[in-house]
Amino acid sequence: MKRFVWMLVLMSFVFAGCTPAAAPAPAAPQPAEPAVLTVMTHDSFAVSEEVVAAFEEANQVKVIFLKSGDSGSALNRAILTKGNPQADVFYGVDNTFLSRALKEDIFEPYDSPLLEKIPAEFRADAQNRALPVDFGDVCLNYDIAALEAKGLAVPQSLDDLIRPEYRGLLVVENPAVSSPGLAFLLATVAQYGEEGYLEYWKKLRANETAVVSDWTTAYYTNFSGSSGKGPQPLVVSYASSPAAEVVFADPPVDEAITGSVTAPGTCFRQIEFVGILKGTSNRALAEKFVDYMLSAPFQEDMPLQMFVYPVNSEAKLPEVYEKYAQQAQQPAQLDPERIAAHRDAWIQAWDEAVLR
Amino acid sequence: MSAAQLTAARAARWRRGALWAVPFAFLALFFFYPLLTIFGTAGESLLQNGVGAAGWARLTRALGFTFWQAGLSTLLTLAVGLPAAAVFGRYTFPGKRLVGILSTLPFILPTVVVAAAFNALVGPRGWLNVGLMDLMGLKEPPIQLLNSLAAIVLVHVFYNATIVIRVVGSAWAQLDPRLEQAARVLGASPLRAWREVTFPLLRPALWAAVVLVFLFDFTSFGVVLLLGGPRYATLEVEIYIQAMQMLNIPLAGLLSLIQMGCTLAITALYTRLSRQQGDIPLTPRVHGEGLRPPRSRAARWFVFGVAAALLLLLAAPLGALGARSVTRLAGDREGRTSLESGLTLDYYRELFVNRREVYFYVPPAAALRNSLVYAAETVAISLTLGFLAAYAVNRKGGWGRVLNLALMLPLGTSAVTLGLGYLVAFNRPPLEIARLPFLIPAAHSLVALPFVVRTLQPALASIPVRLRQAAATLGASPWQVWKWVDLPIVGRAALVGAIFSFTISLGEFGATSFLARPEYPTLPVAIYRFLSQPGAYNYGQAMAMSTILMLVCALSIFLMEKLEA
Repeated sequence: MKRFVWMLVLMSFVFAGCTPAAAPAPAAPQPAEPAVLTVMTHDSFAVSEEVVAAFEEANQVKVIFLKSGDSGSALNRAILTKGNPQADVFYGVDNTFLSRALKEDIFEPYDSPLLEKIPAEFRADAQNRALPVDFGDVCLNYDIAALEAKGLAVPQSLDDLIRPEYRGLLVVENPAVSSPGLAFLLATVAQYGEEGYLEYWKKLRANETAVVSDWTTAYYTNFSGSSGKGPQPLVVSYASSPAAEVVFADPPVDEAITGSVTAPGTCFRQIEFVGILKGTSNRALAEKFVDYMLSAPFQEDMPLQMFVYPVNSEAKLPEVYEKYAQQAQQPAQLDPERIAAHRDAWIQAWDEAVLR
Repeated sequence: MSAAQLTAARAARWRRGALWAVPFAFLALFFFYPLLTIFGTAGESLLQNGVGAAGWARLTRALGFTFWQAGLSTLLTLAVGLPAAAVFGRYTFPGKRLVGILSTLPFILPTVVVAAAFNALVGPRGWLNVGLMDLMGLKEPPIQLLNSLAAIVLVHVFYNATIVIRVVGSAWAQLDPRLEQAARVLGASPLRAWREVTFPLLRPALWAAVVLVFLFDFTSFGVVLLLGGPRYATLEVEIYIQAMQMLNIPLAGLLSLIQMGCTLAITALYTRLSRQQGDIPLTPRVHGEGLRPPRSRAARWFVFGVAAALLLLLAAPLGALGARSVTRLAGDREGRTSLESGLTLDYYRELFVNRREVYFYVPPAAALRNSLVYAAETVAISLTLGFLAAYAVNRKGGWGRVLNLALMLPLGTSAVTLGLGYLVAFNRPPLEIARLPFLIPAAHSLVALPFVVRTLQPALASIPVRLRQAAATLGASPWQVWKWVDLPIVGRAALVGAIFSFTISLGEFGATSFLARPEYPTLPVAIYRFLSQPGAYNYGQAMAMSTILMLVCALSIFLMEKLEA
């Protein structure tokens, strides 16, 4: 008994004492010390060690990344703390959330010289408060072997998905909670218009399309092409997922296990933006970091770290992308303003039509 | 009264005041302050915009479903947990400690992992379905459990059975066996002795377990989202959608206010119910006095039947998870036989290599250490505050009653809203403390405290005042009285509270992700990171990390029980 008490007391002291053992995080950026730049981002942000080290060395700065949950949570955090920003740079607002971020006025404009290397189609803000960094196409993925075994062709349009031979073969995510789910809903809105998309979804539902909550469930539980070995050979995922399946294959493979459908109008393009947070005390460094994100070293690192495509037209793609990943041909696009104005209503109507 | 007596009386009053003031201060700082801050932010714009008819329709639907699934889940959890609590509270049997630890393990597992475990077991291509299809020559999987109400309820039972087992079971073991023996000697049948002696004595623990389980189910988020599928939404799911997807903080705030109102009503009902019975004078007994091996044939069947059923319910999904972490399933593909499926330790090996030089690479040892540090701090905080609060609640004063209510509130409060509150409140003056490391264990302690108080309070109440008075008369200081009288009697209950705090902290993901300290990733954070990218290695490593989490938890509980004994 006595020992138990002493162990508890001892344990609490030992543990209470040893927490801050990792690199101490300075409470506020102080210009006198080696400078600190804080970047707020979402949980999916990933980067190579050497890419960060190169920037830190060149600019004599320590970069701290504040990961703040999924993209919605991260943006919430930036909005709720505006005026007293927690970071200098915010990365990871996508074109479905962009106009909300602009309306909340959390960014300062920055005309980066690197913008001229980025095709105009990616730029969404004339004042350059949000600068495009990368894009990913949300596309249908298919299990190559499973479709072959069933003697089915790869679907080539959204209309194909409501044909009887694909009955019960597709799994999609709930657009209310999943970002690829929302992207796919937006693709159908772009294709069939606000009048027609619900009709299409009713037909999808009649064709026994499975709806699950999130990407992880869809991809790892329902999809037959990945580790979960589920029942559906078609899933809403990313155009780069087949490349990821090869990179992370166990045992290693030479040929692709899954493929993505890139036919016109079947994909939705998500573009992610970076911006300098209003009220930063580190404007000069923040500009340098934004420039760095748009430059070749960072842009070429993204494909294998985050499985997204660079927007800088000079950035080269890794070999595994050339071989296994495809870009969408004519992805569906919607104006961010229009998305912001209608997303709640579209999701609500989808919910009533598909789930109830 | 002399001046010295006055000072002594004042000192005693201060000591008594500290009992409730310290836990209150903790709640005020880490619960009410952030909540009020976010409600303040939300309130302004809600007044301008309103909710809308569609919003109300969704709200009532979510509210109805929240109560329905929580009630159903609680009933079934009791149906599974009570026989198990009886077995644990009355009998000794071989393997008891192992089954006890196993029943605690689900509590620490992140929901994504439990979803994966159930998928590996009863999913469309899970072992059960594949086995049955082979056995009966079926084309379609016979068990269609995922994305249904049944899945939600089943997983709630899986998670929360341990609450009933630990809370009711430990109270049962603490009962004076002579009372029931006396009833039997006087001619009562076993059933009558249970109904008129044992059950009334157990009622406080029973109500405590019911309210804890109900509140857990009431605020359920991940289970409903991941296993129930998109068709089902509890209030907490709606709050998450409104706050994180629609960025509609005002509506999210309103929903969480409604949720808190319900929690308050439930808790008030609970305190009323548990106060209804008169105080039965209890005397503390030597722990385990009433425990015995099952003697009659019926008792043996009962004990082994319940233990086997528990093992099946708990061990099967956990085992499926562990098995999946060492299995390579690549050969399982239709029309593709060139790749073999087989056993592999690759996923464990790969955890220790930063092959792609990822900046945010989490070394397993570091994640493990961070998780254990947070868990140990949570145990320290919640036991210290729990003891103070339990004494305060037992004093029957007005403040004790208010504290009793307030302590339960965090359990039934939206984690999403509270997390947003932390973001806003602790990132601006006067309390810019968001980056301090103790914020995470403090948030974990909010959830752990109700468990600690609910287990400690009845045990402390059972200590006769005579014992303390005798010790004091013999010259013991208040500290010595606590150490030599109170602590040995409530040691067992303190252990149960400590195990709850430890497991709650170890498995918690929400607060940890909200408070965002990437330099201290925990095991659940690392698991989520793997499961958000495609590819066999990511999936395998997530399973391997989860298995490590389970093993570490099992080992820690084993050590805690050993230390106490």
